[in-house]
Amino acid sequence: MTATIDIATFEAAKRRPGERRRSRIILTLLLSVFLLYSFVPLVYLVLSATKTNGDLFTTFGFGFGTEFNLWQNLSDLLARDNGVFMRWMFNSLLYSTVAGLGAAIFATAAGYAFAKFKFVGRNLLFALVLGAVMIPQTALVVPIFLLLALSGLSDNPLGVILPSMISPIGVYLMRVYIEQGVDDELLDAARIDGAGEFLIFRAIVLRLVAPGMVTVALLSFVGTWNNYFLPLIVLRSQEYQPITVGLATWYQLAQQGGGGGEVLFSIIITGALVSIIPVIVVFLLLQRFWQGGLTAGSIK
Amino acid sequence: MSNWPAAATRPARPGGFTLRKLAPYLFLAPFVLLFIAFIVAPLVYAFYMSLYRDTLVGGRQFAGAASYIKVTGDAKFWGGVWNLVLFGIVQVPIMLGLALLFAIVLDRGQVYAKGVFRLGFFLPYAVPSVIATIMWGYLYGPNFGPFTQMAKAFNLPPPDFLSPGAMIFSLANIVTWEYVGYNMVIYYAALKTIPSDLVEASRIDGASAWQFARLIQLPLLWPAILLTIIFSINGTLQLFNEPYLMRALARNTIDSSYTPNLYAYSLATSNQQYGYAAAVSFVLGIVIAGASYIFTLITNRRRPEQ
Repeated sequence: MTATIDIATFEAAKRRPGERRRSRIILTLLLSVFLLYSFVPLVYLVLSATKTNGDLFTTFGFGFGTEFNLWQNLSDLLARDNGVFMRWMFNSLLYSTVAGLGAAIFATAAGYAFAKFKFVGRNLLFALVLGAVMIPQTALVVPIFLLLALSGLSDNPLGVILPSMISPIGVYLMRVYIEQGVDDELLDAARIDGAGEFLIFRAIVLRLVAPGMVTVALLSFVGTWNNYFLPLIVLRSQEYQPITVGLATWYQLAQQGGGGGEVLFSIIITGALVSIIPVIVVFLLLQRFWQGGLTAGSIK
Repeated sequence: MSNWPAAATRPARPGGFTLRKLAPYLFLAPFVLLFIAFIVAPLVYAFYMSLYRDTLVGGRQFAGAASYIKVTGDAKFWGGVWNLVLFGIVQVPIMLGLALLFAIVLDRGQVYAKGVFRLGFFLPYAVPSVIATIMWGYLYGPNFGPFTQMAKAFNLPPPDFLSPGAMIFSLANIVTWEYVGYNMVIYYAALKTIPSDLVEASRIDGASAWQFARLIQLPLLWPAILLTIIFSINGTLQLFNEPYLMRALARNTIDSSYTPNLYAYSLATSNQQYGYAAAVSFVLGIVIAGASYIFTLITNRRRPEQ
């Protein structure tokens, strides 16, 4: 923070106030153009979700329709295909939550082992984990699909949840976090008092590194919620699919036309709007943890 | 409890001592098991599969390196890679350049409503790429896309975002929209770690804002910039969601091998050529790792003094 203030005072000392104010206004306008660009699709989505299917075609995209049809669209959305939309939302929530929690706990346990124990193969194993950060995620999807088909886990939600629990970057983050945030003397004191290793982990380590765990859980939660390629190829049954796969299927169906596809447009737009609300809420509420994760990533 | 005094200096019991030796392995076990099951095993199995050929008549036959030799000469695979190289050359510099500019301007604090911009730019990252593509797809759309509507209102020819020539830019726009804010936050965080005595020193020396950015901020941001470039090369070569969904709008422009991942997907699902799909995935992985490695080598040689 001091850096920002210093620079600001430095600029202030050098320039006349009028000139400074003008550059401030110009820069603000410049950024506003890009802010507008960032919001254009979202504004379009909100406006379109309030329109009837007919108004989508006949009224201006960045304006309101002839009637306010949001509630009707929502009830159409929830009724479509026997209410499968809520099922998709539930699946996404379930997969992302379990993957987020699992990733956080497993990454913390592994990070703790790397940070506070000396054992045979530690450096080799850690190098493997770091190497895995660089494995292209989507290049793994087809191999995972092939293996799942072999083991009978294809079209099983576990085929999406279990791979999503692996967070090599999470292990790295938690190792650094524990090395810096958990005092060796505290652990030794607990051992001398006769505490078992598992108790030490649960009662001391987990409590001290909770903020770091939230970051890892968030990264995995959002990563799983936004994932499309893996569930697309692993899950064939509609009732197992997450929201991304489900909405994309409707989208492709509507685009093909025929079969009443056009009726789907306003339903898809409304569904898209509803589906991004949970992630945006999670993201806004836990902003500070986000930045923590991205910062640590950039230090590497 | 008879040996209590001894316990104060040494590990409690002999049993506790061995458990302590075992503890790190137990803590690692869940992660390592999943790692083996869903990273190592799929890779090993896919490699095994890639050595076999699926034929309609003869079933599965050992083919050795035949699939790999086929990939190296497969015009569809390399056509997809080439599409993405062109895509990356246009998109990555624009995306990272904007991210860098915004991070520096916001770090300087010379704008009104800083927090609004920081949050607003990052917000698209919270939107799944599937939803982003659907939204932009409707915006581009010739049916009720607002840009088409505006052109018609002014009696202009409607822009065709989905033509073969324009598609790569239409896709680049979606990816840029999604990731400028993400990269900006990485740079912004790195800028915050610049020590204030450097800022102080440059002030005493009378450096201009531009000199400060070029001589102090950019070199210190260099590791973060390298990281984002490698992430971007990685992400670009793996492109799947955006072109896969845009196919629904423009089936003639985006064929089933428009990107290497699209190609591997269609090989595995529509054609059921599992062995060949696995080989394509492997070669893609090698191309990505190779591209990142070459990039690192070049930048290391360029800046020996850093």
